[in-house]
Amino acid sequence: MEALYAVTVGMLTACSIYLILRGRSFPIVIGITMLSYAVNLFLFSTGRLVLNQLPIIGNQSEYTDPLPQALVLTAIVIGFAMTAYSIILAVRVRGELGTDEVNEPNQNDGEAQR
Amino acid sequence: MNLAILVMLPFIGAVLPLLVSSRPRWVITLTTATITAISFFLLLFLAPQTLQGLVPTTHVDWLPALGLSFSFRLDGLSLLFAGLILGIGLLIITYAHYYLSEKDDSGRFFACLLLFMGSMLGIVTADNLILLWLFWELTSISSFLLIGYWFHQSNARRGARMALAITGAGGLALLAGILLIGNIAGSYQLDAVFAAADSIREHSLYIPALLLVLLGAFTKSAQFPFQFWLPHAMAAPTPVSAYLHSATMVKAGIFLMARLFPVLGGTPEWFTIVTLTGLATMLFGAYFALFKTDLKGLLAFSTISHLGLITMLLGLGSAGALLAALFHILNHATFKAGLFMIAGIVDHETGSRDLRKLSGLRKFMPYTMVLALITSAAMAGIPLFNGFLSKEMLFVESYQQHLFGGLSWLVPVLATAGAMLSVAYSIRFVHGVFFDKVAENLPKTPHEPPLMMRAPVIILATLCIAVGVAPMLFVSDLLQTAIAVVSPTSIDVAISIWHGFNLALLMSILAIIGGVGIYVYREDLLSFNRQFDHHDAKEVFAKIVKSVTNFCDGLMNRVETGSLQRYIAALLIITVVFVLPELYQINQLTGSREQLPVNAVSLAGAVITILAAIGTAAFHHQRLTSLMMLSVVGLMVSLTFIHFSAPDLALTQLVVEVVSIILMILALFFMPQRIPKASSGGRVARDILLAGFVGGIVGSLNYAFLTRPMNSISDFFLENSVSGGGGTNVVNVILVDFRGFDTLGEITVLAIAAAGIHKLLNNLRPFMPSSDVDGRPWHRVKHPLLVQTVSQAILPLALMVSFYIFLRGHNLPGGGFIAGLITASAMILQYMANGVDWVKHRFNYNYQTLASVGVMIALFTGVGSWFFGHNFLTSWFTHVHWPIVGEFEFATAILFDLGVYLTVIGATLMILANFGQMTTRHRPRQEKH
Repeated sequence: MEALYAVTVGMLTACSIYLILRGRSFPIVIGITMLSYAVNLFLFSTGRLVLNQLPIIGNQSEYTDPLPQALVLTAIVIGFAMTAYSIILAVRVRGELGTDEVNEPNQNDGEAQR
Repeated sequence: MNLAILVMLPFIGAVLPLLVSSRPRWVITLTTATITAISFFLLLFLAPQTLQGLVPTTHVDWLPALGLSFSFRLDGLSLLFAGLILGIGLLIITYAHYYLSEKDDSGRFFACLLLFMGSMLGIVTADNLILLWLFWELTSISSFLLIGYWFHQSNARRGARMALAITGAGGLALLAGILLIGNIAGSYQLDAVFAAADSIREHSLYIPALLLVLLGAFTKSAQFPFQFWLPHAMAAPTPVSAYLHSATMVKAGIFLMARLFPVLGGTPEWFTIVTLTGLATMLFGAYFALFKTDLKGLLAFSTISHLGLITMLLGLGSAGALLAALFHILNHATFKAGLFMIAGIVDHETGSRDLRKLSGLRKFMPYTMVLALITSAAMAGIPLFNGFLSKEMLFVESYQQHLFGGLSWLVPVLATAGAMLSVAYSIRFVHGVFFDKVAENLPKTPHEPPLMMRAPVIILATLCIAVGVAPMLFVSDLLQTAIAVVSPTSIDVAISIWHGFNLALLMSILAIIGGVGIYVYREDLLSFNRQFDHHDAKEVFAKIVKSVTNFCDGLMNRVETGSLQRYIAALLIITVVFVLPELYQINQLTGSREQLPVNAVSLAGAVITILAAIGTAAFHHQRLTSLMMLSVVGLMVSLTFIHFSAPDLALTQLVVEVVSIILMILALFFMPQRIPKASSGGRVARDILLAGFVGGIVGSLNYAFLTRPMNSISDFFLENSVSGGGGTNVVNVILVDFRGFDTLGEITVLAIAAAGIHKLLNNLRPFMPSSDVDGRPWHRVKHPLLVQTVSQAILPLALMVSFYIFLRGHNLPGGGFIAGLITASAMILQYMANGVDWVKHRFNYNYQTLASVGVMIALFTGVGSWFFGHNFLTSWFTHVHWPIVGEFEFATAILFDLGVYLTVIGATLMILANFGQMTTRHRPRQEKH
C-alpha cells in the first residue's frame, strides 16, 4: 500500500510540475492547485498510513497521529486562499495586459508593436 | 570618555557648518575651526598620559555577539597621527577660508571636511578592527564628497568616482582581511589581536589575510599599481588636496601597515611584498613627477613617491627603519601640506598652475617664494630641513639590510636614484614657478596672497626648519612613544644632523648632485620619455569599468530572459541536482516498518487518481476538461484522507474542492477561449523529463519515510486532549487549543488573502465575451427554475448542518473550518442559482466585516485568558446542562472556533461573491475616500 501511495503522490507531483512549466496562467494555477494536493498528501503521510484508527478519543485503544492532520487541515484552507489569489491575479493580468502569457514579451517584439 | 568625545565631535559638529551656511563666511569658518580646536585641546589634554606610556582607552559594547565594540585607544601611534590630523586640519581650515571663492558653498565644504576629519580620527584611534574598518570606509565616502566638491566639473566627478572605486574596493579587501585576522585571533580588539600575533603569523590563512590587508592599504595609500587614482583626485579644491593627499587620507594606508606591523610584519612575505611595492612606487612616482606640467600633478606624483618611500621603510621592518618611517610620515605631512598650499596660492593669485605658463613669479610673490624654497628643500632632503633627516635614516637602513641576499645592494642604489629624482622635481617646482624670465599672459596679475592665507604655510615651513635643526627637541618624545607601539624591538630615538662622514652622507650628496644634473638635462630626459607610449590612467580605468559593465549586462541578459518558465525550470533543475546525491546516499529505499496490504479498492482509487492527474496535464489546452479532471483528483484525495483515518481532512478537502472548482470555472469565463499551441516538441520533452525527475524524487522520499518507523510527539496531544482541552476530536483540539496560535495566524492569512483579492478586483474591467468561441451566444435562461427551487430549499438545511458540524467539532469530526466552508458553499449556491441581484436584495451583508469580526473574535478569545491570569489563548471549559439537548460541554475554545468559522465564511464569500459580481452591475469600483 505504501508503494502505491508514494507512486500516486509522485505522479501528482510530476503532473503538477509539468503544468506549472506551461507558458499560460490558467494551466499554471491548475498545476499549483494540484501540487498543493500532492504536498498535502505528502505531509499527511508523515503520520504514516493507518487504517481505522481515527484520532477521536474513546472508541478504540490505538490512534493515528493527529498532528499532521491538524497541520494539513489548515494547509488545505490556506492552499485554497493561494489558489484563489493566483487565479484572480491571472484574471487581473489578463484584464490589464490582454494576454494570459506568463513570459515577459520579448523586448524586440514589444518595440516592434509600439 | 574624553577620547570618544574627541573622535565623535567632528561628526556631530559636521552639522553646524550646514546650519550656519547662510551666515557670512567667517562664521562658518570659525564654527568649524572651533570644533576642530576643541578636539585638538582634548588631544593635548590626553597627550601627557600617552607620552608617559599610558594608553587612554574608552570602551562601549556595540554588538558584542559580533565582536564589535565602540572602543578607542590613544597610544603613541594614534597620538602621532591624531596630532597631524587635527593640527594640519586647523591650518587647512584657515587656508580654505581664503581659498574658496564667493560662489563656493563653504558650509558644505566644511561639513564634509569635518566628516572626513572625524573618520580619520576614528581610524587612528579605533581599538577594534571592525570599527577601524568602518571609519576607513567613512573616509572613502567623505573623501569622495570632497574630491567631487566642484561637482559641476566633469573631471572632479570622474576623479571622485575613481578614488571611491579604488579605495572602496580596497576597503572590501581590507574587511575580508580583518575578518580573517579576527577569526584567527578570536577577537577584533587590538590588544587581543596583538597578543595572538604569533599564532596569526603561523596560521595557514596568514598569506591571504596579509594580501587582503595590504590590498586595502596599498589602494588607500596609492601604491603601485593602484597609484593612478591619486593624480586624478587633484581635481579637488587645493585645501582638500593639501589635507587629504599629503597628511591624512593617503596616510591611512601607511597607518594601517604600521598599526598591524606587530601582527603581520616581520615575515619574509611581508618584507618582499611591502618593500618591493614601496620601492617601485617611489621610483615610479618620482620619475613621473618630473614630467608633470600641472603643479598639483607634480605634487601628486611626488606624494606617491614619498608614500612609496615610507612603505619601503615599513617593509624593511627593522626598528630603525620603522622609526624612519614614522619620522618621515611627520616630515612629509608638514612639507607636502605646505607645498600644496603654495600651489594653491599660486593658482589662486595667477589663475594658472601650469608649469609651462608660470615662471619668474619671485618679483610678485617674494614671501611665497621663500616659503616654497623652504618646503621644497625639505622635500628634496637638503640638510637642516626635516626631510633630510628622515631621508638619511632611510639611506642608513637601506644599506644595512641584507634581506635580498646577494642583490641587497640594489636597495640603496635604487633609493639613491629615487632621491635624485626627488631633488630634481623639487628644483623644478621652485625654479619653474619663481625663477627664470617673468611670465606673460597669465589669467590674473600675480600678487601676494593675504597674510592669513600664507600663515598656515609659514607655520609649516617653520616646523620644517625647527625639526630639521633640532629634531630631538621637537619630536623625540612623540616618536619614542609611537615607535614603542609599532616596533617589536625597543629602540632609543636618537636623531642627529651630523653623523660624521659615512655612506649615508655620500648618498645624500650624490642625490643632490644627481638631482641637479637631472634637472639641468631634463629636456633630454623628456624627449627620452616621449618615445614611450603613455596610456592615460583615466581612459584605461574607464575602459575596464566599461568592459566589466558590458560583461555583467551580457550575463544578465542571458540569465534574466524574462521567461518565467525558464526561471522555474532552473530552480527545479537545481533542486534535483542537490537532492539526487542525498537520495543516493540512502542505503536502501524500503525501511523496516511493516507495510499495509494492497486491496482492490485502493488500487482502483490510485489508478483513477493517477489517470485523472495525467488527464489534467495532458488536456490542459481544453481547459474545462482539465478542470474536471482536476476535480476528480481532488475528490480522490478526499477519499484517500477518509481511508487513512482522517475524517476532518476528508470533509475539509471535499468542501474546499467544490469551492475552488467553482472559482476556477468562474475564472475561465475571463480567460482567452482559444488557446494557441505554444510549446514546441523539445520544450514538452524537457518539461516531461524534469517533471518526471521531480515526481520521482518526491515519490521516492515519500516511500522512504512511509516505510520507516517513526517517533511522534503526538502522544502528548492524545493524552491531554480530553483532560486539558475538553474535546475528544484531537485534531480539532490541536487546532483551537494546543496550536491555537498557529490557527490564529492561518485565519489572519486567509483574511489578508481575501482582502488582497478584493483589492485586485477593484476597478478591473475584464473582457467579457458575449458568446463562446464558435459564436454561439450564452443560454437565455441564466437561472433555471429547478436549480432555484432546490437551492432555496437546501439553504436552511445546509445552515443547520453546518451549525451542527460546528458544534460537534470539538468532539467529533467537524469544527469551524469545515462548518464555515459548508455555510459559504451554501451561500455560493444561492448566488449561482438565483443571481447576484437576488441575493443582494435579500442578504446584503458586508463580507469584509464578517472576516475581520471573525479574526477579532479569535484574537480576543486569546486575549481574554490574560484577564484570568493565564497565557495567551489558554482555554477553559465546563459542562452545562441544556434543556432538551441535555449535557453540553462549553469550552472557550468554541469561541475561538467561532472566530475561525466566521473568518472562513467571510473570506470565502469575499473571494467568490466579489469575483462573481464581476459580470454584473455590482462590479467593484474604485472606492471613494
